[in-house]
Amino acid sequence: MVEEESVRVVRCGGSELNFRRAVFSADSKYIFCVSGDFVKVHSTATEECVHILQGHRNLVTGIQLNPNNHLQLYSCSFDGTVKLWDYVDGILIKTFVVGLKLHALFTLPRAEDSVFVIINKEKPDVFQLVSVKLPKSSSQEIEAKELSFVLDYINQSPKCIAFGNEGEYVAAVRDFYLSVYFFKKKTTSRFTLSSSRNKKHAKNNFTCVACHPKEDCIATGHKDGKIRLWRNFDDDKKYTYTCLHWHHDMVMDLAFSVTGTSLLSGGRESVLVEWRDATEKNKEFLPRLGATIEHISVSPAGDLFCTSHSDNKIIVIHRNLEASAVIQGLVKDSNIFTGLMVDPRTKALVLNGKPGHLQFYSLQHDKQLYNLDIIQQEYINDSGLIQIELTKAAFGCYGNWLATVEQRQEKETELELQMKLWMYNKKTQGFVLNTKVNMPHEDHITALCFCNAEKFENPTLVTSSKDGHFKVWILTDDSDIYKKAVGWTCDFVGSYHKYQATNCCFSEDGSLLAVSFEEIVTIWDSETWELKCTFCQRAGKIRHLCFGRLTCSKYLLGATENGILCCWNLLSCALEWSAKLNVRVMEPDPNSENIAAISQSSVGSDLFVFKPSEPRPLYIQKNISREEVQWGVFVPRDVPESFTSEAYQWLNRSQFYFLTKSQTLLTFSTKSPEEKLTPTSKQLLAEESLPTTPFYFILGKHREQQDGKINEAFESELVQLPLTENIPAISELLHTPAHVLPSASFLCSKFVSSLLLSKETKSSEEIPEDVDMEEGKESDDSDEENDFTEKIQDTNNTDLGEDLLHQLSKSEEKELRKFRKVDYSWITVL
Amino acid sequence: MGEFKVHRVRFFNYVPSGIRCVAYNNQSNRLAVSRTDGTVEIYNLSANYFQEKFFPGHESRATEALCWAKGQRLFSAGLNGEIIEYDLQALNIKYAVDAFGGPIWSMAVSPCGSQLLVGCEDGSVKLFQITPDKIQFERNFDRQKSRILSLSWHPSGTHIAAGSIDYISVFAVKSGSAVHKMLVDRQYMGVSKRKCIIWGVAFLSDGTVISVDSAGKVQFWDSATGTLVKNHLIANADVQSIAVSDQEDSFVVGTAEGTVFHFQLVSVTSNSSEKQWVRTKPFQHHTHDVRAVAHSPTALISGGTDTHLVIRPLMEKVEVKNYDAALRKITFPHRRLISCSKKRHLLLFQFAHHLELWRLGSTVATGKNGDTLPLSKDADHLLHLKTKGPENIICSCISPCGSWIAYSTTSRFFLYRLNYEHDNISLQRVSKMPAFLRSALQILFSEDSTKLFVASNQGSLHIIRLLEGSFKHLHTFQPQSGTVESMCLLAVSPDGNWLAASGTSAGVHVYNIKHLKLHCTVPAYNFPVTALAIAPNTNNLVIAHSDQQVFEYSIPDKQYTEWSRTIQKQGFHYLWLQRDTPITHISFHPKRPMHILLHDAYMFCIIDKSLPLPNDKTLLYNPLPPTNESDVIRRRTAHAFKISKIYKPLLFMDLLDERTLVAVERPLDDIIAQLPPPIKKKKFGT
Repeated sequence: MVEEESVRVVRCGGSELNFRRAVFSADSKYIFCVSGDFVKVHSTATEECVHILQGHRNLVTGIQLNPNNHLQLYSCSFDGTVKLWDYVDGILIKTFVVGLKLHALFTLPRAEDSVFVIINKEKPDVFQLVSVKLPKSSSQEIEAKELSFVLDYINQSPKCIAFGNEGEYVAAVRDFYLSVYFFKKKTTSRFTLSSSRNKKHAKNNFTCVACHPKEDCIATGHKDGKIRLWRNFDDDKKYTYTCLHWHHDMVMDLAFSVTGTSLLSGGRESVLVEWRDATEKNKEFLPRLGATIEHISVSPAGDLFCTSHSDNKIIVIHRNLEASAVIQGLVKDSNIFTGLMVDPRTKALVLNGKPGHLQFYSLQHDKQLYNLDIIQQEYINDSGLIQIELTKAAFGCYGNWLATVEQRQEKETELELQMKLWMYNKKTQGFVLNTKVNMPHEDHITALCFCNAEKFENPTLVTSSKDGHFKVWILTDDSDIYKKAVGWTCDFVGSYHKYQATNCCFSEDGSLLAVSFEEIVTIWDSETWELKCTFCQRAGKIRHLCFGRLTCSKYLLGATENGILCCWNLLSCALEWSAKLNVRVMEPDPNSENIAAISQSSVGSDLFVFKPSEPRPLYIQKNISREEVQWGVFVPRDVPESFTSEAYQWLNRSQFYFLTKSQTLLTFSTKSPEEKLTPTSKQLLAEESLPTTPFYFILGKHREQQDGKINEAFESELVQLPLTENIPAISELLHTPAHVLPSASFLCSKFVSSLLLSKETKSSEEIPEDVDMEEGKESDDSDEENDFTEKIQDTNNTDLGEDLLHQLSKSEEKELRKFRKVDYSWITVL
Repeated sequence: MGEFKVHRVRFFNYVPSGIRCVAYNNQSNRLAVSRTDGTVEIYNLSANYFQEKFFPGHESRATEALCWAKGQRLFSAGLNGEIIEYDLQALNIKYAVDAFGGPIWSMAVSPCGSQLLVGCEDGSVKLFQITPDKIQFERNFDRQKSRILSLSWHPSGTHIAAGSIDYISVFAVKSGSAVHKMLVDRQYMGVSKRKCIIWGVAFLSDGTVISVDSAGKVQFWDSATGTLVKNHLIANADVQSIAVSDQEDSFVVGTAEGTVFHFQLVSVTSNSSEKQWVRTKPFQHHTHDVRAVAHSPTALISGGTDTHLVIRPLMEKVEVKNYDAALRKITFPHRRLISCSKKRHLLLFQFAHHLELWRLGSTVATGKNGDTLPLSKDADHLLHLKTKGPENIICSCISPCGSWIAYSTTSRFFLYRLNYEHDNISLQRVSKMPAFLRSALQILFSEDSTKLFVASNQGSLHIIRLLEGSFKHLHTFQPQSGTVESMCLLAVSPDGNWLAASGTSAGVHVYNIKHLKLHCTVPAYNFPVTALAIAPNTNNLVIAHSDQQVFEYSIPDKQYTEWSRTIQKQGFHYLWLQRDTPITHISFHPKRPMHILLHDAYMFCIIDKSLPLPNDKTLLYNPLPPTNESDVIRRRTAHAFKISKIYKPLLFMDLLDERTLVAVERPLDDIIAQLPPPIKKKKFGT
């Protein structure tokens, strides 16, 4: 397929959705959010990603609706361009090249052919607000170099700029002052608060600003949690302000509702506060939003709000302060202790999520699947409080078991340690706590591994700890007189000369267990738990340990802290080879012999892929990241690629993902970014004319089908007719007054049974007289000519559904007519 | 400056009474303040907020309303049902008129200043005509069901708004009938309270009525239709007071939580004429209920149960950042409540209804500068003298020898003789006081305790010779013909030859006691005198004024001294002039004739006339000269003003002997501890 292209490091989703304020479409159906180099379009009703607008070559820093055409969206990026999109179809309309790093974007209805951007010309910390004239031209890419300067020395964040009174003035805050620039008068007023010199006002710093949509009123948020409402600011002397104070910590963002009757504020308390009529006593709360509110935005229609949170999620909130949808990305709030894992069942990436949670993140869909609450305690957000940390996790037995370790250390001598074992419950499709072990070890647990060999019916878990022991835990029968149950108990405790156990690892077949004790690697027989042999290279403490796979299963690899990578032959019990490599991450590919090692040097991180059998690496990529790479993992591909080039063959069966210190999830890809993420959910694009009822999905699909038919078969005259009249049964159903309809459960069973029937008929092909049916078959035939892919499977299904629908119409019509004629007068007698 | 042994007295258990009403007079820029004990004080805002005059309280006269009428006339009304007019010249009550409506809760003067309206307990609103020398009952308005707690005139004088319990009535003045009755929501934070008391109303010229009530609301009503226009819930407790500025572009309300809220009329957008009332700044200068607020053109004035009078300037109305732009908090009266007997180390404390006599403790220990010496003998509470009758004490004095105590109420003068026999003390009242000695504004004993000087409220000065157990009236200086101004401050020279007396505004008169005639009059100065004293030997009269100026006037030469001329020429240090409180006491060191000792509430100062005067560049407050520096530098940086700020709030400081000082402090925390507990508010993080 694509062999010629070279392997590149690409950002693969998991980008910050909370980097900038989300933007609603004019009809509140879509919500736009920046996501790395892309702009994502989500449906507010279903939370699904409808489109990904791709085209920027660097971080997207601002999005705004085109005020003159609410079906278009402007975006700006660090790559120095402003792009105009048609978000309904996901098409890039125009690119305006400004040529400067753009930090934020603002649009105004009054300024038709210009937008406002924040740029940074000279000094690194001094930003300017400039207006950019967008020239009218038919070409796709237009130079827009006509900048006019508005405000200097402003804050980089777009939260610190707000336009008020339909663009009469712009307010900007920075440090301890608020400046207001009046476009008509071309004057700037500046209001300064007493600063840190005065101890009482030490936290007076401005953090954000918002302008009232109707009145001359500016709301500013402050570091000490106060909100100030400024009025009369066109007069340098008579200006006045009011204070609203509820937040105890910094106000992160402010937004006025569309009519200006209420002000929304949020901060670290994770509570959305609605101040009605801007009075201190009249406020409403939406608490327990999970994480710090970073941004608040309001839909232009006024029916929805949304909050962006520090744990990379966007919550869509109704006007009556009810959360209605959550768009959750990869949580990046906490330190990653667990490393990257792959859930064998869902193929989701598993890592630390919210405090105390394990998140399951789908790499394909770039969204969080779910959160597993491990610690199961209320998280108290307070600086200086020592929290329970989820430090280790491991999957075992094909995802049937999950082991987690949590710890809390207040003082040197007071370690609280807990190991939990979770069993996958097929019924609830989730993990259920099975065994809780308090203080499984005396000291920190350094490693945790399951024996994943098939021959082991009895699940086995090994933990190694700094207390010098490793413990083997096995699943035993824990039944009592009431019910059958299983639980985990300690089976064996091993140690080696009181050294700290630093790592443990099972061989692929599960017959051997390798445990490293500081500098020494010990090999244990997993049947009898006796020490087989030891390796000692005196090259520093072992940091990583892993067995080779498949054909290389006779090798054991160890990476030490002194920057030596050793490979031992288990048959000869001798060192096969060693190399000088400061290994940070060492991950074996579960589907091949390959092992990926990432080394850290002063310039950056380098990737080495090698087979244990030979010391020469298969593939080297220098400088994959400037930052330190913290974790990596191989994720098996669903469909294997077929790179013929030898250098890329290691990517055939698995994909390697790695996480840097700043928690950017990166991977290697050969595809161009345009084709890498194809919008899979184009079909979900909601039709403008139809309400999203259950019927809509039936009808909507039907219409798509009809549209397809227009292209294919012109003879179909039914197309011109309104849809509902197409299917008498449905029109009957819809037009019959609700009070004379039988109960929904009754109708439903009829529907479903008819559906089942028609399938039978279809398979047996007993009703050949149906014209639609034939058409369906036609398309069916044509489909079969193509390659068998999933997508066609999909259309096939829709065909089927449509057929059933028509089938239903005939039989159900009579049924419904019957119901209509039924005399319900007897009800009155009751 | 020299080292002193200081008696640091903190047992003066004085608690000022809470402020009940304030009334601001725009024409004279004066503020009348009434306290819960019935005292009425007049502050001159033009003269650095000096408390010029005061009318002593009366137990039965709880003032509920206070207002100024045309021609600088001050009226008050209270729960005894009387309307009182005060004589601002003679400092006494002119007359009292019973309104015959039960206790009076509210009073308002018509915009033209000729009519007086009172709201009574029985629900009646009574209109009085103000005649040049009295008030005349005119008529009753429609009687309401419950007491009238607040009243406000429409600026045109055609309508009034009256706040009652649960409703506000609007009356037409012509007919005296209620035009509208506006019912107020009783809801209080979602809970229905039993009653909603309208504590204050304000009628604006556009017909808006603003009401404040016990449910914490500030409401705007349209008086034409009788409908509620806007509602601001601002407090969890009562909103007790409201005052509107003359321009009607801002008003101020005070709440029971101690917060004062400022509301301003601001335009909705810069290019529209539509305006709206917006709550702007809250001020938390009080700990207790803010019972009264006033709105001067440049400041918000508030007072309440916590006894502070707070004057907060509006920064946008202040042209230059000067003395007037600072927040003022007035807690203590600007007069002396303490007198001292130097010979016997006694202190006489004056309270509203009693006097306390204390003997200072003593010590035999010695120590370094700054040491606290242990007491070998504790301070003794010798005497507790209760007044007879409901009237408050106006003034009191103990003679320097300690054997005489004199005090006066509004209607009676008392003189006591004290006898000391070892540790026992006996008190004997000197009976048969002459009829002219009824009420005194100031009492002073001569240095040798043989003469008593009394300034009566008719403007005359009486001199009485004291004998063992009896007295003899020597002379009365009658006031200058034509004036009835009372003398408030007296000073006598230590040799007993000269007596200086000062009134509230006119100059200081100096009398020769030997010849019993007026010696001279110090030229009048614009600002009132706050303290007077005559220096020993030189007989120089030192006068402190409320604008912080200090003059020295040589009585024998009948002219200002050279030093006084020098300091007037050079001017005082700007920090000296920006001090907050007036000088209330001046004394002299017997051995160091160049020293003048004076103090205000926040500092104690010794002026050394031999040293150069400070200019604006020198440091005025140099706490303690650094000991490590050489004498040359110390001499160079030394200037005439030696200021100590160790003791504050300082109510009294005097020299007992050459090396001993007595300082009476009254820490504010001790006062707050004696007040009723404030409304409990949940404070975040506690």
